[in-house]
Amino acid sequence: MAAWGKPNRQSADEAKERLKLVLIHDRTDLSQDELSTMKNELLAVISRHVEIDPELVKISMSHDGREQKLTADIPLKTSHRRKIG
Amino acid sequence: MAAIVVTITSGKGGVGKTTTTANLAVALAEDGFKVVCIDGDIGLRNLDVVLGLENRIVYDLVDIVENRCRIRQAMIRDKRLEELYLIPAAQTRDKSAVSPSDMIRVCDELRSEVDYIIIDSPAGIERGFRNTIAPADIILVVTNPEVSAVRDADRIIGLVEAEEKGPAKLIINRVNPGLTKRGDMLTPEDVVELLAIELIGVIPDDENVVISTNRGQPVALDPKSKTGQAFKNIAKRLQGQTVPFMQLEDKGDFMSKVAGLFKQGGD
Ligand SMILES: Nc1ncnc2c1ncn2[C@@H]1O[C@H](COP(=O)(O)OP(=O)(O)OP(=O)(O)O)[C@@H](O)[C@H]1O
Ligand SMILES: [Mg+2]
Repeated sequence: MAAWGKPNRQSADEAKERLKLVLIHDRTDLSQDELSTMKNELLAVISRHVEIDPELVKISMSHDGREQKLTADIPLKTSHRRKIG
Repeated sequence: MAAIVVTITSGKGGVGKTTTTANLAVALAEDGFKVVCIDGDIGLRNLDVVLGLENRIVYDLVDIVENRCRIRQAMIRDKRLEELYLIPAAQTRDKSAVSPSDMIRVCDELRSEVDYIIIDSPAGIERGFRNTIAPADIILVVTNPEVSAVRDADRIIGLVEAEEKGPAKLIINRVNPGLTKRGDMLTPEDVVELLAIELIGVIPDDENVVISTNRGQPVALDPKSKTGQAFKNIAKRLQGQTVPFMQLEDKGDFMSKVAGLFKQGGD
């Protein structure tokens, strides 16, 4: 696409960030609150089976085109690490 | 001939659907196609005045649907362009006077006679929206580069997908290059990234649109108008041509360059 130039971003930046979140909510019907509740529930289930560090867990919404994706990045504490640590 | 039915819709009102319908119809007719535009905004008819054809209305879309006239009789021919016609909306009825299947029937009857049928939608996601998308082959969503218009466009794009009429294509109207450059308006790239659909047109914010609407002479009729050219480019892209998106010039920027020249001279 043609370049409209890279302006020094101000209120447009804010508009874009706010719209990103609003559109995730609109498309999925999930609020930020519901998203964090779900995250906590997921963590509870997972930590029943494997050891994880809740601080390192990243669960977020992303999109591929207009397709919404729930992405979870959950580093596991390996038994190997546990021995060393 | 087998017409292509193009529906212009938006979600948020007032973003430029009627303006786009009129100019796109003019641009396609200028390219030599036979074009009928249909005002789908029953009860709030407007396309007639934007095209400057308001004094010639005898029958309207509801008359066709209720069998008071034949389609031909409700088609007003534009005197400026050989092959441009308008089917006006009824002004004194409401949206329930027309159903999605009525729209499909009217368009199917026209399909063999014209090249393009361009349908202007009412704002919103109610009956009027369903009527106008029902017969569509291609749906163009108009938005402005601002938060509420983009949000509503996203909603409409989702509905179009759900109706299996997608993917819709995007027209960003009323882009102000000065504000964009200052970082105070979403850029066309931002809007495309947020909505994640194909862009088919970028139209500058231009006072000549208001002036030309006052006169009932769409800007696309003016060969010197840059905004008219932006609409003509949409017509070309609809025909499958690859046309680069034009660089919108920033008037403020131009003036500051001129001022800069004077300063240089004075120093
Ligand atoms: N590119 C533009 N530059 C300046 N003014 C514009 C532009 N496009 C539209 N306008 C003006 O914005 C107003 C709304 O445009 P228009 O009637 O086409 O919108 P609409 O989406 O059809 O509205 P509605 O939802 O009420 O049907 C009009 O006064 C029109 O002249
Ligand atoms: Mg309108």
